[in-house]
Amino acid sequence: MITFMNNSDSEEEPCNERTSLMSAESPPVPSYQDGLQASEAGEAQKRRTGSNRSPNNIADGEMSDSGVPVRESALENEEEELTLKYGAKHVIMLFVPVTLCMIVVVATIKSVRFYTEKNGQLIYTPFSEDTTSVGQRLLNSVLNTIIMISVIVVMTVFLVLLYKYRCYKFIHGWLILSSLMLLFLFTYIYLGEVLKTYNVAMDYPTLFLVIWNFGAVGMICIHWKGPLQLQQAYLIMISALMALVFIKYLPEWSAWVILGAISIYDLMAVLCPKGPLRMLVETAQERNEPIFPALIYSSAMMWTVGMAKPDTAARGPSQQTWDAAEDGRENHRSPSHADSQMSETRSPVPTRPITSLEELEEEERGVKLGLGDFIFYSVLVGKAAATASGDWNTTLACFVAILIGLCLTLLLLAVFKKALPALPISITFGLVFYFSTDNLVRPFMDTLASHQLYI
Amino acid sequence: MGAAVFFGCAGIAFGPALALVLLTVAAEPLRVIVLVAGAFFWLVSLLLASLIWFVSVHLSDREDAKLQYGLLVFGAAVSVLLQEVFRFAYFKLLKKADEGLAMISEDGRSPISLRQMAYVSGLSFGIISGVFSVINILADSIGPGIVGIHGDSPYYFITSAFLTMALVLLHTFWGVIFFDACEKRRYWCLGLVVASHLLTSGLTFLNPRYEASLVPIFIITFITGLWAFFTAGGSFRNILKCLSCKQEDDSRVMMYSALQVPFED
Repeated sequence: MITFMNNSDSEEEPCNERTSLMSAESPPVPSYQDGLQASEAGEAQKRRTGSNRSPNNIADGEMSDSGVPVRESALENEEEELTLKYGAKHVIMLFVPVTLCMIVVVATIKSVRFYTEKNGQLIYTPFSEDTTSVGQRLLNSVLNTIIMISVIVVMTVFLVLLYKYRCYKFIHGWLILSSLMLLFLFTYIYLGEVLKTYNVAMDYPTLFLVIWNFGAVGMICIHWKGPLQLQQAYLIMISALMALVFIKYLPEWSAWVILGAISIYDLMAVLCPKGPLRMLVETAQERNEPIFPALIYSSAMMWTVGMAKPDTAARGPSQQTWDAAEDGRENHRSPSHADSQMSETRSPVPTRPITSLEELEEEERGVKLGLGDFIFYSVLVGKAAATASGDWNTTLACFVAILIGLCLTLLLLAVFKKALPALPISITFGLVFYFSTDNLVRPFMDTLASHQLYI
Repeated sequence: MGAAVFFGCAGIAFGPALALVLLTVAAEPLRVIVLVAGAFFWLVSLLLASLIWFVSVHLSDREDAKLQYGLLVFGAAVSVLLQEVFRFAYFKLLKKADEGLAMISEDGRSPISLRQMAYVSGLSFGIISGVFSVINILADSIGPGIVGIHGDSPYYFITSAFLTMALVLLHTFWGVIFFDACEKRRYWCLGLVVASHLLTSGLTFLNPRYEASLVPIFIITFITGLWAFFTAGGSFRNILKCLSCKQEDDSRVMMYSALQVPFED
């Protein structure tokens, strides 16, 4: 088991992606003439940061001819209301995939015994926890955590350096290798274990066909183009697979300490001025590029509608669903803008010819959440399901805690409007609820249930 | 027997709740958020109550069965009171959120009314309370086993399911009544809600004498349901109007603006 784990330094990447929710301020509403251009620039600004508000178009559409201050305050009010109205929708757009990922992980943990069996450890957590004394076990888990976090830090810094020095091919190769591993090898192991659990026989040719199709379509959807929902489904599945690997190979106490440590690391990496993730996000913003495709879950869908321009033939409305890789793409250039910037930002990602005719009329922006967040949420809930002595209350309490943490994080995002770490609040709530439910609530509810008392 | 009992009891316990959620809550994001936040508040109240019970058990003599039972009763009563306290806290939070939403909205009205929030919060308390009470029992009902082999009642699963259903509905009704009482400052209503919660919890102490516990609990559920219906503004006329399926005349005037681009849904 250790041999393929050696290659899993590429799997650490999913852990490194964090919430990259950012929203730029929308520009003040100008007069209608240059309103379109300004709104395009505003959209371009927003899209660079991978943000999540569509309705500025609507705001731009409702031009009033009163003075600018009135317009601006009206715009602010509208902006706030639209934030909240769209804020609730965005929260649900993230609740659903996070819930789905957790359901997959919990269902697997509860049914397939393979993922709860102790079968060796990752090389990143070399210290064993099979010691007799509590102090020794605690020390070993802390040492494991230190090693794991250092590995993650080193790889994040390496990634940021690669990105800064524009080694896009290397990064791309790294990402492709890691998704290959997840989509083929881990899926093969997962499928094998599920078939073993339910005692279903499958011959190798069928297995090969299934895995090949699953993996190939997954690679295409994640790294190139595909229907949005299929891409989202694949991202959820690879997050679940990665979380299952962590749940299996991280020893108990180390897992909890690692969860705590990684949320602290997340907090520092995203908020500190010299934090690697913050530098990553800012560099991506400066270059108007999307942050690594295939490592961010996006609920966005883009519509491009042709506008009738006086000197060009009008195109009919065309709806295209684009994958996350193309979210950062500007596709609403007016003819006056230079297209050279577009081609520069295209290099990491296969390009699609953009005509300058396409103007953005309406755009449904979604929210983006890093896959690392999915993974660690699912690790927490999965560990709760695996180790809480068969108790479902603990799993459910952790689930609610994580959802509330996510809700609060999105609320803070709406208030602060910059990239925020998604792990700290959720993981803190999750850990608090896990330990308190497992130790306090469980005996209480069990005693009540044994007397059939209801509270 | 395992799967049949599991699905049957799960359906009995959570059928109404699931239907209510699917029909009224699932479509609106704000209501889903209110639902999840309500569950969180209930969980925090349960945590505090369990802490109090746990501390009291550890400070007492473990061998004395009567004392332990007494402490359990005490723990249950504390839990009920804490649940109501947190319901009040949730009311305060939702009231503030309602005002905030109203302030920043276009037409000065918040997208969700306090009554809707009362209903959703009651439902959320009910669902999470029901789930925490019965999910382990349901999980055990799948597996091999014989119910009541040591002399307990063999009807454990099904009575638990019915009790859970009653509890879910009761919490929903209590939520509506409670919020309305807090809004209108009718403190006797509040006291009555707390008293009926304590009474319901107390009646479950009569288990396994199910005719003494289940029947009164369902009567209380029905009465509370009627009370909540009238509190929420329902009346006999409303029921008749709803049943007769008459289309109401929409007397609003539609305004068209020739200059506006129509919204594309």
